[in-house]
Amino acid sequence: MRLEYPHGVRIVRLPCTGKTDVRTLLETFLAGADGVMVIGCLEGECHYIRGNIKARARVARTRKILDETRIGGERLRMYNLSASQAQRFAEAVNEMTDTVRAMGPSPLARHRALGAATPSAPPGDEG
Amino acid sequence: MIIAEQKAFEEIEKRLAPFTRVLVLGCKGCVTVCSAGGAKEVGILATALKLARAEHGLPIDVRELTVERQCDPEYLEPVAVKAGDAQVILSMACGAGVQLTAERVLKLPVLPAVNTVFIGVAEKAGTYAERCQACGDCKLAATGGICPVARCSKSIMNGPCGGSTRGKCEISSDVPCGWQLIIDRLEALGRMDLYDEIMDEADWSTSRDGGPRRIVREELE
Repeated sequence: MRLEYPHGVRIVRLPCTGKTDVRTLLETFLAGADGVMVIGCLEGECHYIRGNIKARARVARTRKILDETRIGGERLRMYNLSASQAQRFAEAVNEMTDTVRAMGPSPLARHRALGAATPSAPPGDEG
Repeated sequence: MIIAEQKAFEEIEKRLAPFTRVLVLGCKGCVTVCSAGGAKEVGILATALKLARAEHGLPIDVRELTVERQCDPEYLEPVAVKAGDAQVILSMACGAGVQLTAERVLKLPVLPAVNTVFIGVAEKAGTYAERCQACGDCKLAATGGICPVARCSKSIMNGPCGGSTRGKCEISSDVPCGWQLIIDRLEALGRMDLYDEIMDEADWSTSRDGGPRRIVREELE
């Protein structure tokens, strides 16, 4: 099929989008991502019954936090695609890339470019 | 359990503005069960705080710790040590936990990250509802296990009042009339004789009218 999508996209595999959690999504932005797509199976076709439905709710919550932290909720989107929708996958990636390009780099990248931001230490111990 | 919900992020961020080293302190008790302030929420809030500060291009060191219970002194003993050189503790426990942490970790300010809302139940995952107001004189034996203090908007002892319509309370069509629930339950139990008995006026001196409450059990000391 030789479909093209932007080369700046990194793919992280999960067994199911039900594995997505809010903190991990937020950490991708802390690590410098300008935008994140969560791509789950079509709704109603989850192998684990409700994984993609749960992911949808977690993505919605994460978008709210991204707005509250002024990173921009629009930088995170969820798509539902089946494994046979390669064409739609390429379109979705292009669509997301266009959105992020229009928004510009993440505010964190802007500060990093100026050498101002000092990323904080990793989380401490728990319990 | 005690039900709490996270404060608006804007409020938390504003209170933390003067600080650069923060300990976000969770609690494994009620607030973990109602997903307001357990280890998971601590991680999410800590990460959000880092993002918000980084968005300003400013540094922040956020540590995370979740203790068994913040309402019990023995679990707070290690907190002062683990806080290290933190300048402030952001507690995700209920109001009781925040206060005991403040009493035990004297050297640091302790700020609340959640609002403590009520004593209630999980109706289903993510939906919590009030069931008890800790009035100090439980009346559930006479009312079919449904509380007239917590479930009736007016906390009346002999209801329903004239504001009850088709099983709903006049304050909102989403709120069931507590006394209608009591009647339905007593009917189902075949105990309407309990409803026929007029309940005495409530003695609110066992509730908040009596000032801050305290229980001392010498056999446990």
